[in-house]
Amino acid sequence: MDDVANRALNQAQVSGATYADVRVIAARSEVISVKNGRVETFARSSSEGFGVRVIADGAWGFAASNQLTAQEADRVAALAVSIARASALAKKADVRLSPAQPIQAKYATPIATNPLEDVSVEQKLQLLMACDEAMRRVKGLTLAESSLEAAVEDKLFASSEGSHIEQRIVTCGGGIEATAVTPDEVQTRSYPNSFGRQAGTAGWEFIESLRLAENAERVASEAVELLLAKQCPSGVTTLILDGPQLALQVHESCGHPIELDRVFGMEAAYAGTSFLTTDKLGSFRYGSDLVNIFADATAPTGLGTFGYDDEGVPAQRTPIIQNGIFVGYMSSRETAPLIGQTSSGTMRADGWNRIPLIRMTNVNLEPGTWTLDDLIADTDDGIMMGVNRSWSIDDKRLNFQFGTEMAWEIKGGKKVALLKNATYTGITPEFWGSCDAICNRDHWALWGTTNCGKGQPGQTMYVGHGVAPARFRNVRVGIV
Amino acid sequence: MSLLGEQRIRTLIEGALAACKEADQAEVLLSTSDEALTRFANNTIHQNVAERNSSLHVRAVIGKRIGVARANSLEAQAIREAAESACTIARYSEENPEFVSLPGPSGAIAAIKDAFAENTAAATPEQRARAVQAIISRAEADKLIAAGAFSTMAEEVAAANSLGVFAYQPSTSAEATLVVMGDSSSGYADRAATDVSTIDAEGMAAEACGRATRSAQPRDLDPGTYPVVLEPYAVAEMLDYLAYVGFGATALQEGRSFMAEKMGQRVAAEAVGIYDDGLDPRCFPMPFDFEGVPRRRVALIEQGIARGVVYDSFTASRGNVSNTGHALPAPNSMGPMPGHLHIEPGQATLQELVAGLDRGVWVSRFHYVNVIQPLETIITGMTRDGAWWVEGGEVRYAIKNLRFSQSVLDALASTEAIGRELKLQRGWFGGSLVPALRLGRFAFTGKTEF
Repeated sequence: MDDVANRALNQAQVSGATYADVRVIAARSEVISVKNGRVETFARSSSEGFGVRVIADGAWGFAASNQLTAQEADRVAALAVSIARASALAKKADVRLSPAQPIQAKYATPIATNPLEDVSVEQKLQLLMACDEAMRRVKGLTLAESSLEAAVEDKLFASSEGSHIEQRIVTCGGGIEATAVTPDEVQTRSYPNSFGRQAGTAGWEFIESLRLAENAERVASEAVELLLAKQCPSGVTTLILDGPQLALQVHESCGHPIELDRVFGMEAAYAGTSFLTTDKLGSFRYGSDLVNIFADATAPTGLGTFGYDDEGVPAQRTPIIQNGIFVGYMSSRETAPLIGQTSSGTMRADGWNRIPLIRMTNVNLEPGTWTLDDLIADTDDGIMMGVNRSWSIDDKRLNFQFGTEMAWEIKGGKKVALLKNATYTGITPEFWGSCDAICNRDHWALWGTTNCGKGQPGQTMYVGHGVAPARFRNVRVGIV
Repeated sequence: MSLLGEQRIRTLIEGALAACKEADQAEVLLSTSDEALTRFANNTIHQNVAERNSSLHVRAVIGKRIGVARANSLEAQAIREAAESACTIARYSEENPEFVSLPGPSGAIAAIKDAFAENTAAATPEQRARAVQAIISRAEADKLIAAGAFSTMAEEVAAANSLGVFAYQPSTSAEATLVVMGDSSSGYADRAATDVSTIDAEGMAAEACGRATRSAQPRDLDPGTYPVVLEPYAVAEMLDYLAYVGFGATALQEGRSFMAEKMGQRVAAEAVGIYDDGLDPRCFPMPFDFEGVPRRRVALIEQGIARGVVYDSFTASRGNVSNTGHALPAPNSMGPMPGHLHIEPGQATLQELVAGLDRGVWVSRFHYVNVIQPLETIITGMTRDGAWWVEGGEVRYAIKNLRFSQSVLDALASTEAIGRELKLQRGWFGGSLVPALRLGRFAFTGKTEF
């Protein structure tokens, strides 16, 4: 890795780059999935390559290759510089980066058991088959699906400013999904989360802690029960969200709007911009006094946890919302100076062949004081919704609509009926302003989101959201 | 640009197949690509990237046990390791009792010459930058802010297996997308082509700027169910989601597709015809699927009647039907999917479609669409980059963006008229060719602040 990195850095500077960084990455991953008693997927992947990012003539260029040779390092570095010079044909101002200290460091995800190397195939298949069998014991179930994923990424970051950082990021996760089908209806229940799995930066011990097999029969029963459940009513009511759904609510309506590149229009062509313009920093009421959010790249097991970002900036814990007031963005070395700050260390790329972008780390809602039982008991008339099924939000991150896998009608402080096809909608600041209760740390969990899309060419990033269930007033539900 | 060429690819594939010594059957999917993308925002180029990569998938079959290994290196040792890894995985895997065989050969598959344009393969960063400059100049002349991307790609894909299948196709694509923004509005346009020299950057800029100008000072419109005209950008996105939930054999066989209960029945207005055709030279053609099986034209909805779904070798064998050549790379949980969707054109111009709206909404584009209920084909999303209120066939004013929650099939059942011009939209692979539609009812269920 060092040979290619040094060669590329030298060539970039010889070619005229005023700044250059190189990431050399070797990544390995494994996915196993079982569906209705048969192994549907058993695949291992490897990907290696390097990317060279430069500033030349005051503009950005980037080139990448899967061929880790000295000759290719020369070609790619020179290409990156020529691309930067082409960028300069349509520049308005020179790129300026916030200062960063040169760092020589190593970081590795703390793990007990390497999920790729230290766990046998038999053990993994045994776990998935146990989940499968437990789900298919439930009468009326149509599809039982279970899966495990694990990945190890070895990454070297080196820059013309003298940084040299080696990192090993280990991620793994697993999940089960039970689907009941009739000619008129499809109902699915997932555990621990939808989108296939709950995941974190962790070892095999993380997967063991999920207790997938122990929950399989219950989850399958819930899928079948949903076929006979009441349709979620339409109206305006009190809403309690469970952890997995609230995590996605935070993701879409808090995580994306605080990306400073979006705020400055740099993502306008694809995912959109943000309502959270810089005049709002420090004064805008984002939510009720109870709402406190941090972007925390240091949280143990978080899917957005690392040692250093892909600009070589150390991981940080940045206040975003304090007592309901918006106080901070996620930023990069290029965007932070535009608001008089230094980078908050959130630049990540989804591989050697992509440039780093501002990405969520672990955007976490601080816990409150309630127990979930007390919160339900305190709710006279409302609906509790859990585990995401559909999601959509406008291109400034204001109007959102979510659907959930299941819901419960709450009357007189008790869950009285199962509801299906639940949806709710709202406008971001109004919704967070209506938050009047958040459960305590005993209910708080760090959820992994494995499918966060951004950028052109598209990148998919792993991010995290720590939340405890919370209550919101006057929410419109039952849209469909 | 450095594609390896058919002979070199064939040699590499033969090496990979030979390395699957343990396997009863083996399959290799190999591709190489050179891609570049110039991205701009705030009327300046802010990201500009290029990538050279390759991809090797080896699927090994031992009895009814299957393993897949993927790598992005084509070095001899990496190929050998991938082949051995696939065999090892297969050996440890459980049997899939429904698996019968990889597909056998079905005769030589000729590469499609029109899928590759030397202009695109030779495109330079300077060419892309000059096109972006032209777009920015037009936006600045209209006092608008431009953001978008201009990309070019050349790739080659080959699929082969130990039963004698071999297919190879080089191809190119170029795509430009553009959003222009004013104080109170925005407009969108995109272009896609095999040959980059046919991308009309200035025409695209004029189209987007026109939309942004016409959608300035938008007013509130109360949510409700209205007739709509959907421009092709919106139609293509709606069609993609219909295909995702309904047009694949796996969803059909598992009862998760609306087609499972409605095959042979009316599901859309009589004027609606939807088919998949991977051989259409207008639509990023690809003569074979990712198992190396020739793609067939498949009628999905014909004169409003549900007619068929697409198959790969596994689902065709399971359903005892013909393989239509729509496999995705193994392994995948979705099963076969259409990649070259077409809606048959009608007779109307866009202006005639709008003129036929008595009281309705004209939508240029959707944003962040997602499925709410797959069996009912209900999707939700927002309008974006231009929507207008129409009365008596005349545009009265621009409207703020609305949220819709709508069954695609119900919308298609209310089709009143179909546009005659087809727009090419790039997809993940392939693309789609779709017209504008005038629909009798479309449910808008919410609104936003801009």
